[in-house]
Amino acid sequence: MSAFDRDAERQRMLSRRTLVLGGLQGAAVATLMGRLYYLQIVESDRYTVLAEDNRISLRLVAPPRGLITDRFGVPLAVNEQNFSTIIVSERAGDVQQILDEVGKLIPLTEADERRIQRDIQRSRSFAPITIKENLTWDQVAAIEVNLPDLPGVSIDVGQVRSYPFGEALSHVLGYVGAAAEKDVEGSSDPLLTLPGFKVGKGGIEKQYDQALRGAAGNRQLEVNAVGRVIRELSRDPGQSGREVALTIDAKLQHYMHQRLSAEESAAAIVMDVNTGGIHALCSSPSFDPNQFAMGIGYEAYQALLKDERTPLINKVIAGQYPPGSTFKMLTALAALESGIVNADHRVFCSGHIELGSHRFHCWSRNGHGTLDMVGALMNSCDVYFYDIAGRIGMDRIAEMARRFGLGGKVGLELPGERPGLIPDPKWKRQALKQPWHQGETLIASMGQGYVLTTPLQLAVMTARLASGRAVQPHLLKSIEGQFAETTQWPAIDVKPENLATVLKGMNAVTNVPGGTGYRARINVPGMEMAGKSGSAQVRRISMAERNSGVIKNENRPWRERDHALFVAFAPVQAPKYACAVIVEHGGGGGAVAAPIARDILLECQMLEAARATVAQQPPPSTDTTPPAPNPAGETP
Amino acid sequence: MTLDVSSDSAALSFTEKLAQIPWSFVFLVTIVACVGFAMLYSAANGQIDPWASRQMLRFGVGLALMLFIGMIDIRVWMKMTYPLYGLVMVLLVGVDLFGSVGKGAQRWIDLGFVQLQPSEIMKVTLVMALARYFHGASLEDTGRIPYLIVPLLIVGAPVALVLAQPNLGTSLMLIMASGAMFFLSGVRWWKFALVIGAILIAIPLSWQFLLHDYQRDRVETFLDPDSDPLGTGYHITQSKIAFGSGGLTGKGFLQGTQSHLNFLPEKQTDFIFTMLAEEFGLVGSVSFLVLYCLLLLFGFVIAGRCRHQYGRLLALGLTVNLFLYLFINVAMIMGLIPVVGVPLPLISYGGTATLAVMVGFGLLMSVHVHRDVRMSRRGLGDL
Repeated sequence: MSAFDRDAERQRMLSRRTLVLGGLQGAAVATLMGRLYYLQIVESDRYTVLAEDNRISLRLVAPPRGLITDRFGVPLAVNEQNFSTIIVSERAGDVQQILDEVGKLIPLTEADERRIQRDIQRSRSFAPITIKENLTWDQVAAIEVNLPDLPGVSIDVGQVRSYPFGEALSHVLGYVGAAAEKDVEGSSDPLLTLPGFKVGKGGIEKQYDQALRGAAGNRQLEVNAVGRVIRELSRDPGQSGREVALTIDAKLQHYMHQRLSAEESAAAIVMDVNTGGIHALCSSPSFDPNQFAMGIGYEAYQALLKDERTPLINKVIAGQYPPGSTFKMLTALAALESGIVNADHRVFCSGHIELGSHRFHCWSRNGHGTLDMVGALMNSCDVYFYDIAGRIGMDRIAEMARRFGLGGKVGLELPGERPGLIPDPKWKRQALKQPWHQGETLIASMGQGYVLTTPLQLAVMTARLASGRAVQPHLLKSIEGQFAETTQWPAIDVKPENLATVLKGMNAVTNVPGGTGYRARINVPGMEMAGKSGSAQVRRISMAERNSGVIKNENRPWRERDHALFVAFAPVQAPKYACAVIVEHGGGGGAVAAPIARDILLECQMLEAARATVAQQPPPSTDTTPPAPNPAGETP
Repeated sequence: MTLDVSSDSAALSFTEKLAQIPWSFVFLVTIVACVGFAMLYSAANGQIDPWASRQMLRFGVGLALMLFIGMIDIRVWMKMTYPLYGLVMVLLVGVDLFGSVGKGAQRWIDLGFVQLQPSEIMKVTLVMALARYFHGASLEDTGRIPYLIVPLLIVGAPVALVLAQPNLGTSLMLIMASGAMFFLSGVRWWKFALVIGAILIAIPLSWQFLLHDYQRDRVETFLDPDSDPLGTGYHITQSKIAFGSGGLTGKGFLQGTQSHLNFLPEKQTDFIFTMLAEEFGLVGSVSFLVLYCLLLLFGFVIAGRCRHQYGRLLALGLTVNLFLYLFINVAMIMGLIPVVGVPLPLISYGGTATLAVMVGFGLLMSVHVHRDVRMSRRGLGDL
């Protein structure tokens, strides 16, 4: 074979194999293109979504929390700007040096610095780290002035819930705090996942949390692979929380708080006898809700928890006390309604009566002599009520008590209400597995024994007696201007003349010389109050002690003194306000609680009169322009 | 013995040579390189620095080098083949001993304007050496097994050195390009079948029975340096998302979100085609592949028109090299094959790969310009 032939043969082989190689490469490139088609056409939609997921980060925007105002629009809970200083480490350079500089302007503890350094190490370099929260104006100014020398440092404006009336309204309003796990559970509100988001933790803040909270807004942000925000794509501000107006009268509330602060531990409530709207509700001592909104310290919280005057408990709704003699109106009414006794029924009080082997004492050791029903209420004669209770039996008394709002939750819009207790034979059989003794009826007839009521229930009872209607207490007046108050209530099924007898007795308590509350009467014509005192024993008086003379309240330890109670309504002629007052371990109701009720009811009516006077006067016309409307958000 | 079938192109003058340069090919290369500049410009978020500018400089140097190499007689290159191969082997040994290590695998020598990776240069010189060896081989020669021992050594020595770096991607490319050279030279089919079959059986067997657990771990780490799910898996996932979200027409120049927001790793080097596909969609990615295939086609045409075996084998070998770059890179970033670090020449930012490919193009040109020179079977045509 010639070299030429060999070369030609070799070349043919090369050509064939080149074709094979070219074919393989063509197939490979076709595979690549097929893969491109699959990725970019077939799977394109799926990957487009994934790319957007990568790129777009949704951040929630917390809407401003709704205001809470009183019945006249005075703000009770507002949002205030809260200043903190933050640092972005990547802009700061030497963080420690910057912190030292900041430390010269505002006090930074070593713990603060440790926390800051730790946060910086845990976060991306562009993430803002809080240096210090809740700065005062002076501190903000000091930092602002020095900002040019503090690279990476800036002032951040946040919002914090603020309660202008502080302690006076804490039990009504509650407070806000960080959402706990149980708040988050079962709720689909994305706001709860927001770090630092505050929810209502008590009172109205908790009860109307949904309305006050508003709806989450969001910001669509473009972020890069490490989470740095590149730009904002869109923003939805969300729905601001709605404004909640209460039936509370801030001025009256403020007064009531101050008045109760004179006592060690007391509670009082004023409500409209016709509408049921609560004008003031106060439990003392109290706590500062602003402390809670800012984040209360452990020690301060423990101090509140351990105080035996229970500042954290709203005694108006959660304090359960024997109503004592304030219960006697219901025993009287039950007796009259039963038809067994009438208003002229007379009983001779010798200071005690005998029932079986037991002797039941009247508070007046020497007895009241012969009394009719009005006289018995006026003097709060225990023997009289022993007598009629024995005649009508416990079931009638219990039934009447329940009709007037005792023995169960009345349903005020505040969390934590307690039901109290109205005992009857059936209850005792079921709960204690014991038969009812008639002596227990006598004890219950004067609001002792098993009977427990809350001040709220006593106020409702008083309002229902005064109006003859089944009023329901409530705190909500309107939400975002939408009137939400029920003001018409059905009449209670009792004979008007029987009710009149009881009211006459209540009037005698305060307005007839010798009545247990006469010394605390209101002397202003047209504003007179009617009421009933009560002193609830918290300890059993033994036979031995009674023989040797009952130890006076003042000589007993605080915990063992009687609770002083007083319920009242005013004005007598056209009842408008009902009031219940309890002074824990305060002593005699007529002496201790009645003056407080008087002061509150007088203030209440005075305020109303003053407002009516202002409303009648034309606005000052020194200017031709109409007066600017009074902004609702102004503190008095 | 001489074959007097071609005119003696040693007589070609400078201007005649210039006229022989395939200018359309030069133009095509420049177009592809310009696409690369545009993508590097985009990778830097619409800035010419730091990548596009330096890549342009390198391409300029490469272009001059290409034309210079193209003008030199192919017989000179043939003569210099073994010395060049020897020189690059020395460099390879040198970097294995003294070179700098980057990314755990690549080894380079810093030349100032470029960090020279001898393994990239070896891709060219190995093809040259094999073309030189098989230039004089008849079909009878390639049929004899002893005759294949020398070329196997020519391949085995650099592959072993590159594996030691360790650089699996380049080793595989060297092996595959060499395999193609053997195939084109007429080595019998059954020998390939035998070798491939033996490898396919040996790998799982040795994996199963010969290696200890710790050795397997080492091999796994060696094959896949970052086997953690947030490493390789993350890269490929993000790359596929970028491809897919590009869709038919893409997101637009400078608008690729995956690349510009840094979800895409190494977007200026290995993953630059991903960025092109994201910004210009299927239309852009397929057009680019077609453009690249035109380069390959030129290689085939030049080989087909060459009248000596050295030129044919050299042209085809260089073309196979270019194809391997393209295929391995694109298949990898689309998740078709495991991750091996192979750039996309002319597009990816990187000095040596660009220069190596430009040198290869220069040799292609020299083959084309000197396609009709007379060469003896021994390969030493008279100059």
